[in-house]
Amino acid sequence: MVSLPLDIEKTAADDGRSVVLAKLRRGDAAFRWLTRAAAVSVLVILGAIFLSLIEGAAPAFRAFGLSFITTQSWNPVTEKFGGLAPIYGTVVTSALAMAFALPIGIGVAIFLTELCPPVLRRPIGIAIELLAGIPSIIYGIWGLFFFAPFLQETLQPALIGTFANVPILSNLFAGPPYGIGVLTASFILAIMVLPFITAVSRDVFETVPAVLKESAYGLGCTTTEVVRNVVIPYTRVGLVGGAMLALGRALGETMAVTFVIGNAHRISASILAPGTTISATIANEFTEAVGDLYSSSLIALGLVLFFITFIVLAGARLMLMKLELKSGT
Amino acid sequence: MKIMARAAALAIGMAVAATPSLAADISGAGATFPYPVYAKWADAYKKSTGVGLNYQSIGSGGGIKQIKAKTVTFGATDAPLSGKDLDESGLAQFPMVMGGIVPVVNVEGIKPGELVLDGPTLAEIFQGNIKTWDHAAIKKLNPSAKLPSSAIAVVHRSDGSGTTYNFSYYLSAVSASWKDKIGTNTSLEWPVGIGAKGNEGVANNVAQTKGSIGYVEYAYAKQNKLTHTDMINKDGKRVKPTSASFAAAAANADWNSAPGYGVILANQPGAESWPMTAATWILMYKAPADPEAAKLALQFFAWAYDNGAKAADELDYIAMPANVVKSVKAMWAKDIKDSAGKPVFASN
Repeated sequence: MVSLPLDIEKTAADDGRSVVLAKLRRGDAAFRWLTRAAAVSVLVILGAIFLSLIEGAAPAFRAFGLSFITTQSWNPVTEKFGGLAPIYGTVVTSALAMAFALPIGIGVAIFLTELCPPVLRRPIGIAIELLAGIPSIIYGIWGLFFFAPFLQETLQPALIGTFANVPILSNLFAGPPYGIGVLTASFILAIMVLPFITAVSRDVFETVPAVLKESAYGLGCTTTEVVRNVVIPYTRVGLVGGAMLALGRALGETMAVTFVIGNAHRISASILAPGTTISATIANEFTEAVGDLYSSSLIALGLVLFFITFIVLAGARLMLMKLELKSGT
Repeated sequence: MKIMARAAALAIGMAVAATPSLAADISGAGATFPYPVYAKWADAYKKSTGVGLNYQSIGSGGGIKQIKAKTVTFGATDAPLSGKDLDESGLAQFPMVMGGIVPVVNVEGIKPGELVLDGPTLAEIFQGNIKTWDHAAIKKLNPSAKLPSSAIAVVHRSDGSGTTYNFSYYLSAVSASWKDKIGTNTSLEWPVGIGAKGNEGVANNVAQTKGSIGYVEYAYAKQNKLTHTDMINKDGKRVKPTSASFAAAAANADWNSAPGYGVILANQPGAESWPMTAATWILMYKAPADPEAAKLALQFFAWAYDNGAKAADELDYIAMPANVVKSVKAMWAKDIKDSAGKPVFASN
């Protein structure tokens, strides 16, 4: 927009240049402040949520202290609340879901990037991205109406029957088969987080320089060895990031879990038994929570979930740091 | 002249208001149980008067919170407030419509109405003390039924609910151990079973889970074609869940025995009475901040009392008996007043 006159004196030309430069600097400063504000706004929002959670949860923690997270009696009649059952349910369903989804998700990503015929690559990739776009309520309805009855008639009786006489495992797979329960919720969660793991893994696998892989192949490595010794070590930061994204979703998932977990405030040895999670409990009970202590206890559960997520993320960071130290990069 | 002046004032008011049609709506929030019948009444009422109803069916607890926060003109609840609570908050409470709660089962080979249960047995099942369908207590009530030895899967509400309140009130009335260990509330600490959200959630889970038992509003059992059971009532008679047996329970109730008509219809005497009949209540301020809005709401309720019985019956609800309606209308005139001390709405 600013045209620099060529036929004027040097000083004038300098002036013009400095005007342009100042303008550019102002633009840059504005841009810097804009992005900084965006970053700060995240912190402000997070801090505000954290503070209001603490304020809301205070009455519950004042009344129950540490026993809020160590006891499992959740009794709205006597107003005695202990959140261990939903805390346990949240951790167990998420852990199981990750155990199911991680191998499958990374397997799909390896197939897509290393082994898949190019014709199939796009359709499979799009299908996975579509899976990520399905609203969670749909997973819940599908889980309740189709998946749970299916498990009730097939997998659950089989598990109960097979392990009936094996010590420990017979408790883990104790009946009766309700169809819904902790295991079903974990399966649904695994399906829901699968696209996150797959999409992120695929993207990071594609960043591995071809020359690295080709060198390994040139040394006579098999595909398995290339994946294990070149691709995965090269992309581990990205892989952990994808897994954390998935775990974050699994920890906080509400509707789909509410439909299929059975919503029972109990800790059972059996993973076929009904349980509950923090977010499912809040979704179920918040609207009808009469009385300050009841509402406060639900908010306190939210605060606990906040901490669980924080611990998980911190743990992942720590794990990454250790990995990097070990490999010396 | 007066009418002309009022019409002019109204016209000016409407011209000034940004959204006149919304301003004329009645706003309420609360129980989900009566929502279908309120919606049906509101539809018919809007057609005849042009006044709409904006009712958020967010649950009884939510309804109580919203009316106390004065964000709505009326609140609706399935669990009545105590006289003390009503006095402290300055609220008037009156029953609007009734319905029945029925046990529903999914037992192989058992058809609707074939099985009969009594209160103590029901309480034992929902406490997990009776674990199988061929338990002696169930067999004794049903000597001729072919009961399987399969485990009983209990299905209860996972969300707080007036249905649970009425159900647990009944079980507390008939079972000492229920009263001691579990009690009466909109949500409970259930010793066994799986929780499902809403009446429809319980209905779905019972329909799908073999060997299950749950409790739902009668309309949901009927719509989902679930197997309901008969009950032994307080008089020791076997009764079926029908409009007639719900109405019988209501007819025998002494509505003036509790403040704010807060009578729970569970376990009422009478040979024909269904033991788990439930009413649902409306909460309004005795000195409403906006008397005009309160008047509109009361006009709607009066219309529903007078004209809503047929719509209620079609949805398997029971209209309030005439003597109760008369008493409620008298209470409106006596208690719900504007700042000048004049009744907000006086019928006839």
